[in-house]
Amino acid sequence: MSAGIDLDNVCCDFGTFRAVDRVNVTIEPGEFFSFLGPSGCGKTTILRMISGFTDPSSGVIRICGKDMAGQRPNQRPTALIFQNLALFPLMPIWENIAFGLEVRGVGKAKRRARAEELLALVDLPDAADKMVSQLSGGQKQRVAIARALAVEPSVMLLDEPLSALDLKLRQHMRAELRAIQKRTGVTFIYITHDQGEALAMSDRVGVMSQGKLQQVANPRDIYNNPVNGFVAAFVGENNILTGIVKNTNNGISSFDTPIGTLHARLGNISGSGPVKLYVRPEHMTLSATAMPENSVPVTIGDVSFEGSFISVQGHTANGTALTAELRNDGSATVPATGSQMHISFDAARASILPDSDTARG
Amino acid sequence: MQDLLRRYGMGLTVVFVGLTIFWLAVLVLLPNFTLFESSFRPYLPIVDVGGPLDTYSMGNYMKVFGNEVDTTLLGIQFQMPVRVKIFLLTIFYSSLVTVITFVLAYPLAYYLAKIVSPRSLPTLFLLLFVPLWVSEVLRSFAWWIILAFKGPLNALLMQTGIIDTEIRWIAGFSPVIIGLVYTYVLFMVFPLYNAMQSLDSNQIEAAEDLGAPWWRTHWRVILPHSKPGIASGAVMVFMLSAGSLLVPSLLGSTTSGWFTQTIQSIMLDSQDWNTGAAFAFMLLFVCTLFVSLMMRVFGVKLSDIAK
Repeated sequence: MSAGIDLDNVCCDFGTFRAVDRVNVTIEPGEFFSFLGPSGCGKTTILRMISGFTDPSSGVIRICGKDMAGQRPNQRPTALIFQNLALFPLMPIWENIAFGLEVRGVGKAKRRARAEELLALVDLPDAADKMVSQLSGGQKQRVAIARALAVEPSVMLLDEPLSALDLKLRQHMRAELRAIQKRTGVTFIYITHDQGEALAMSDRVGVMSQGKLQQVANPRDIYNNPVNGFVAAFVGENNILTGIVKNTNNGISSFDTPIGTLHARLGNISGSGPVKLYVRPEHMTLSATAMPENSVPVTIGDVSFEGSFISVQGHTANGTALTAELRNDGSATVPATGSQMHISFDAARASILPDSDTARG
Repeated sequence: MQDLLRRYGMGLTVVFVGLTIFWLAVLVLLPNFTLFESSFRPYLPIVDVGGPLDTYSMGNYMKVFGNEVDTTLLGIQFQMPVRVKIFLLTIFYSSLVTVITFVLAYPLAYYLAKIVSPRSLPTLFLLLFVPLWVSEVLRSFAWWIILAFKGPLNALLMQTGIIDTEIRWIAGFSPVIIGLVYTYVLFMVFPLYNAMQSLDSNQIEAAEDLGAPWWRTHWRVILPHSKPGIASGAVMVFMLSAGSLLVPSLLGSTTSGWFTQTIQSIMLDSQDWNTGAAFAFMLLFVCTLFVSLMMRVFGVKLSDIAK
């Protein structure tokens, strides 16, 4: 039913441009796996290589342990959901959904029945005889999912399918997609540049930058324990401070920065590149008096109300901006712009990380 | 109209409207109406024109009947008026030309619209257009030379040993078909190209991803999408072929009468413009009827063609 996928040292070159650079990852059967990265990072190329529309320049792609080299998209056990869905506008909905079955020579009555079944699964009954143009964005989305499920793929590939929907619908469809994945047990590979989507839906996330896979981990680890600066900065917000690592004790290093010596967890900085300190705004605390650890005096600048949280910007004596986020739960008093406060953070919540390894070679 | 006046003022508006009226009334309606009117009047010596003999009748149209000839169709022999036979053959072979141009144009249009890289597209279009810079007369003559009994095609086939004796190509309708296909194939390519180019390539990929072999993708996705282009291309090629005079005259033989040649001989050889006009309108009317029938059969709307 569902299949695992191995990407073994997969590269893809377009002329002299290396779109995908030595990607190694094993995706488990039945897993919801997301490739997360900015546009142009190579995530869509990976998807097209798995589905068979693009051939890897080197490396091996295995689905269910079987090497996919030379297999056309119509011979692979994958189904791709396109970013623009690519529904067939000239066919009614049920023929759209049953197209994969029609190709496989299934009789008309059986096709129709299966289409109705799938429409029920994606919670869209009574749409069988409508045309694509009569459906709303979210409904088209469901039809695209049903059409892909109809061929009973072992792997579903989704190329930013929610990007065209408005925010509310997008959040609703996230839950829906996750539910469909759990119900069918099919391996989902999801491509997105939206970290919220990736973190909320996935079992594991692969963060990509410039063709390289930077980190593969479950959403919590991606967010809480990023391995390098790229992952830390791309996923969520961060205060970033440059400096030099001094002595390390029990995994906590002292870090010399222009705003004083701070302490933070030391990440894997085996490389020779520059390192930076990353601490998330929600881990910053504001207080009237100085705290014993990692405390910096600041003048409060912009205070912006974001709904569930309040973002407070503070400027240190040398002009470095630090941002703290206060939960809008009434527990904290919102400081006034221009007031003098101390901003501090727990050393265990901050990490010293290398810049991402994006060197070519 | 108000908008036009406000934007361009009185002077220019009068020019625009005047030119449009001139175009429609003087260049389109007037000559056609004159011909149409004269098609119902008998061919008379100049002194009798306007006299008691000059009355409206369907006489000219009825001249298409008469002069029965032996005809064989599907093994059945029967008598048929010679002009009706030529008329029906013209419609039949024009349809055949339309089908052949479609078969030739479809892969080419698909290649241009979906496969070739956009960078080499202008060059390819130029190559397609170059033959159009030479007049239709010369291009037909070129085929007349190519197909000649001692011409290059026979020479080539003999040289390569494909045939032992020369083939008489210029006989029957085949050279006319070759000439018409060659002359009008681009009128099929461009509407098809336009239609296919507007197809989202993701749909082709989606079909393949769902397991469709290439032919089914064409049959279920690309061909239905191209229908408006096929329709406008087919209408153009059919109408131009049925109305072509030059190609059948140059490449035709004694056994390949084209209805336009009948009209020409009545108008120029017999100087009977009234009957010629009647036949011309008959051709126009029946072709229009045939095209509308075909559009109905293939489920094409007029608005599709106008796209």
